Amino acid sequence: MEKPENLLAPFRALCRNPGAQLDKVLAEGKKAVGVLPYFCPEELVYAVGMRPFGLWGAELECASSGRYYPGFICSILHTTLEMGLRGMLDGLSAVMVPTCCDALKSFGPNWKYGVGAIPVIDAAWGQNRKTPAGEEFTRASFRRILGRLAELAGRRASDAALAEAIAVCNENRAALRAFTAAAAAHPEAVSPADRSAVLKAGFFLDRKEHTAMVRALTEALNALPESRWKGLRLVTTGILADSPALLDILGESGFAVMDDQVAQESVLFRRDVPVTEDPALGLARYLGQAEGCSVLYDPGKERGRELVRLARAAKADGVLWVMAKFCDPEEFDLVPVKRMLEDAGIPLLTVEADQQSASYEQARSALEAFAEMLRG
Amino acid sequence: MNEEKRDAKSVLRALQDRIAQDAWDAKNRGEKVGWCASNFPQEITTAMGIPVVYPENMGAAVGAKGGGRRMCEHAEGLGYSADLCSYARINFSYADWKECPELEIPFPDFLLCCNNICNCMIKWYENLALELDVPLILIDIPHLDGEACDEDRVKYIRAQFDDCIAQLEAITGKRMDYDRLTEVMAVSQRSSRAWLRAVGAMEHVPSPFSGFDIFNNMAVACVGRGTVEAAEAFELLAEEYEALAKEGKSSFKGEEKYRILFEGIACWANLRATYKGLQSRGINLTATVYGPAFSFLYQNLDELMAAYAQVPNCACFEHELELRVHDALKNKVDGAVFHMNRSCKNWSGKLYELERQFRVKTGVPTVIFDGDQSDPRCFSEAQYETRIQALTEIMEANKKEAR
Repeated sequence: MEKPENLLAPFRALCRNPGAQLDKVLAEGKKAVGVLPYFCPEELVYAVGMRPFGLWGAELECASSGRYYPGFICSILHTTLEMGLRGMLDGLSAVMVPTCCDALKSFGPNWKYGVGAIPVIDAAWGQNRKTPAGEEFTRASFRRILGRLAELAGRRASDAALAEAIAVCNENRAALRAFTAAAAAHPEAVSPADRSAVLKAGFFLDRKEHTAMVRALTEALNALPESRWKGLRLVTTGILADSPALLDILGESGFAVMDDQVAQESVLFRRDVPVTEDPALGLARYLGQAEGCSVLYDPGKERGRELVRLARAAKADGVLWVMAKFCDPEEFDLVPVKRMLEDAGIPLLTVEADQQSASYEQARSALEAFAEMLRG
Repeated sequence: MNEEKRDAKSVLRALQDRIAQDAWDAKNRGEKVGWCASNFPQEITTAMGIPVVYPENMGAAVGAKGGGRRMCEHAEGLGYSADLCSYARINFSYADWKECPELEIPFPDFLLCCNNICNCMIKWYENLALELDVPLILIDIPHLDGEACDEDRVKYIRAQFDDCIAQLEAITGKRMDYDRLTEVMAVSQRSSRAWLRAVGAMEHVPSPFSGFDIFNNMAVACVGRGTVEAAEAFELLAEEYEALAKEGKSSFKGEEKYRILFEGIACWANLRATYKGLQSRGINLTATVYGPAFSFLYQNLDELMAAYAQVPNCACFEHELELRVHDALKNKVDGAVFHMNRSCKNWSGKLYELERQFRVKTGVPTVIFDGDQSDPRCFSEAQYETRIQALTEIMEANKKEAR
């Protein structure tokens, strides 16, 4: 059996240069659609035979996005817009943009008038997501998006194709759940940066291909002898926790990620899309069942309760909140969720993340001090 | 008995005070009182006779009275980032301290949230619900992706409207009287039309009033537009403005040399500096989105739902731009001042593009300044002065050239 380290290498390579993957897809004559966070169903894109391409920003210094966004808008949107303005995303057939946070509401017009050639698909969904009316609005909205995608793809969108796309993505979700469990059992083999790369690569690869790679890796991990690793066990939360520099510091400070409640990671695959007669309804219900993300309407702060449960189940020494700089929803959630963790006796460290200035030396000091405190 | 005729300004001020006192009286009688988002469909609570107060208005008033910095800093001490909306920070401080020397509002038994102005409202009210242990009702109005509010959105908003009524009946024990709702809708139309008529008087040259007066008067447009008293007060205001315009007079202090569009929420904590910087140069504010912001025109319930989706910051970019351009051209502005409001990511995220396209479509010069609605730390008087000076010079040069 292949060694885990050999199986991990392609994931890391993919995440170092996602643009190459986009070029490859386009060179094969396929159409691709950029998918911004949060909760734009990739299934809709697969259902019309196109490839979704995740747009969660990039670690780069922006030169042009400042013509559209002021400095106090999050780096995911600044850097994604910057990529568009620089032509790094040329070839995309469209970008899907939800409006579930205030900064995203202006992404559409900023993209439209800045980038121009690549059309924007507004991906609205209902915040009253657990009510029948919210579910119905979201279902209808997803149907409308599917129709728009079908136009761009130049083919019909069938329910059977959508159901098939949901099945493919659910298989990927199951594979990722199995992988994160195996990674938690083998921190000696999977560093925090490796774990992130495996999860993130799914945004750039065909999900079927990604599932096969993830399964092979998981099998290899499960074949390893029982881990004797004695480091510190973390659960991460936030929007993104994918900066290799930050994750390397985590590893060097003796931490491993046992589980996460990160919008780009487990939040997306902790639950499957329900299988329903109308597949678009299943996608709407998935949104209703999702938890643990600050852009979702969450009147009881279930996010905090879930985080406590995850930390306890993972026997975590502490929680790391990777705080996306200038992210309103996260900054609001921090206060009550922090209190919930404190009440549960779970230590928390918050580290600010900004893709535009990916230097984490301050975070290194904080993490080392956190590690020292946890080791008592 | 003949009552002495009062001016609209004092009528509006008295009405605002009375609405605030009514909420306190209701609270003291043991009635359930709510905290409400400013663009929540007020028709529901007005028709049900449920008193509500508006934390956003409190945030503005506290800012204007000099308490913004103290309240914001306290919220930051509670863990809230200084990047967050200053109205929210002021409100969190009040929820924690339970007192505020600048202005107090009765504490809520329930919360009414609507995100048509921003999604920040949702997170703010979620936290309040937890902090104060009271129920939260959300009417979610998704941002529009086109000119019109489509049928799916109307159905969704309507279902939430009905659900909200049912929840409020359970919370307060008061029943919705649908005949009363029809009356309130009619009165709200009357208020909205009168408000638009009053604000519309700015098209006269000179404008019959100082545009900054809108910032004072709009509180009633927000909290009381479903009441006959508000409709009458706005009609009186419109009459006064129209009478002044007929005589070519204005309450603006000094000669109105230049007319501008002011974009964004007022800097409540720096109202004097922002006003003086304009007034001292003979610049009057004659266009602002606050006219349409608090007027909701509709003929029936479905149109009411759509009207609440067409508010500024919920409508699509092109609609928002057209609103400004139309107002600016109609009201004959010579320039425009755009407030890059640190509190409001929704408004600020599109401001650069809005400013660029506005400038091209109207042909008038524009400037942007940095500020905040209620946190004075984000405003620099020196920067503001420099920008206004630059704008004045361009407007002056344009006038000379036109002559």
